[in-house]
Amino acid sequence: MLKPANYQGKLFIVEGIDGSGKSTQIDLLHKYLLSHGFSVYFSEWNSSDLVKSTTRFGKKDKLFTPTTFSLIQATDFADRWENHILPLLKAGVIVLADRFAFTAFARDVARGVDPDWVRNLYSFANQPDLAFYFQVPLDVAVERITSARSDIKYYEAGMDLGLSDNKITSFRLFQGRILDQYELMIPEFNFTVIDGTLPVEEQQKIMRGVVKKALRGFRGLPHPTLTPRRRSAKAKAELPAPITQGDDK
Amino acid sequence: MTQAEFYGAGFPYRNLSEYPGRLIVLEGTDGVGRSTQIAMLRRWLEEAGYAVSDTGLRRSPLTQPGLDAAKQGHTLGKLTMSLFYATDFADRLENQIIPALRAGFIVLSDRYFYSVIARDVVRGADPRWARRVYGFALKPDLVMYLRTDLNSLVSRIVHGRGFNFWEAGMDVTRADNLYDSFIVYQTRLIEQLDLMSSEYNFVQIDASRSVATVNEDLRKIIHPYLPNG
Repeated sequence: MLKPANYQGKLFIVEGIDGSGKSTQIDLLHKYLLSHGFSVYFSEWNSSDLVKSTTRFGKKDKLFTPTTFSLIQATDFADRWENHILPLLKAGVIVLADRFAFTAFARDVARGVDPDWVRNLYSFANQPDLAFYFQVPLDVAVERITSARSDIKYYEAGMDLGLSDNKITSFRLFQGRILDQYELMIPEFNFTVIDGTLPVEEQQKIMRGVVKKALRGFRGLPHPTLTPRRRSAKAKAELPAPITQGDDK
Repeated sequence: MTQAEFYGAGFPYRNLSEYPGRLIVLEGTDGVGRSTQIAMLRRWLEEAGYAVSDTGLRRSPLTQPGLDAAKQGHTLGKLTMSLFYATDFADRLENQIIPALRAGFIVLSDRYFYSVIARDVVRGADPRWARRVYGFALKPDLVMYLRTDLNSLVSRIVHGRGFNFWEAGMDVTRADNLYDSFIVYQTRLIEQLDLMSSEYNFVQIDASRSVATVNEDLRKIIHPYLPNG
């Protein structure tokens, strides 16, 4: 269990195996929220500047064990959490995250670390307001990844586990293990399951519907340059009636 | 042979039930004379015919460049720092310490995760969280805790490497000078280590005495733990 929310912003995250389509969907959601005048911040898995050099070095030289891989990604997450995600949530921003702690719970456990241990690592984070899980059959995801990209990276394919010498075979086996972990987490972390085999626009429609409901009554941090229509209407109502020249006549 | 025991789940994907080496840890705050003692112990053990490997915090080839760079700036948050250190520790444990123990080495560790936890807790980390992070850590055969009073610590630092930003805990105390900060910070660290002393079975050694006397004590304590001791 993660801690309940204790901030005025909203945290919406997406999860799913590689090729589940989650990044496309959160990108569309991002644009939608911006167009409605909300203050939005987007955070991506494994993107902290502070930790980047270590991660890159470790990957290049294949220095990671399941435990150090798990710890360096938790370090990356902690840096983003402390410096960006949490302060912005407190300020009333809508934070969107492409992957969250659940990625670690799925992948690191698939790599063989203890499930309770990795859950403790991330226990400083709050449970998102909405956690979308993009559910796709393994074959669909593998097909999407292998047809779109020429090369799958070493750790991405789980080559460090020695499941197979063949990258595609290893990738399939590894993603299968991750998928099993995700499925187990649906009730544990209250995932909102989206069928990732539906057309993109249909998935987005469902997602926006769920988000709209979660934002009912939400005010959030006003955008300094954009004023949403509903807000400007309210502001006008609170002002004293304008005095116009014409009234004298 | 030592039966491998861990503080938590250990490394579930790794098969380690016993090892022929010994893991001996020297704990203590900054400037207490740990590295001098380790160098002397190493010589003593090698003369007795043991293969010795020594290791210390922040020496992992994986994390050292990144950690050093991160400490140059001041944007390192407390959770980030805790986890970065844990990565360093895990890397050294899996890639240096455990292989050395398997090969029958006596591993002398200049501090273990205890001082890292002490530092984390002084910086506001949840003590239970910090301990559980190190659930992968191997229980050492022996932990010796070099303890001294603050005055002799200050004297060693002043006549040694001098005060520095992190050892003085300038990021925690907000004092306006290194000396005041050092006193406050090191007092809190010693408090935390004292708390861990019974929790983790430290053997306490009075480090305010001469280097030679302290070393003699250490040898006496280590001796029964050696394979031919």
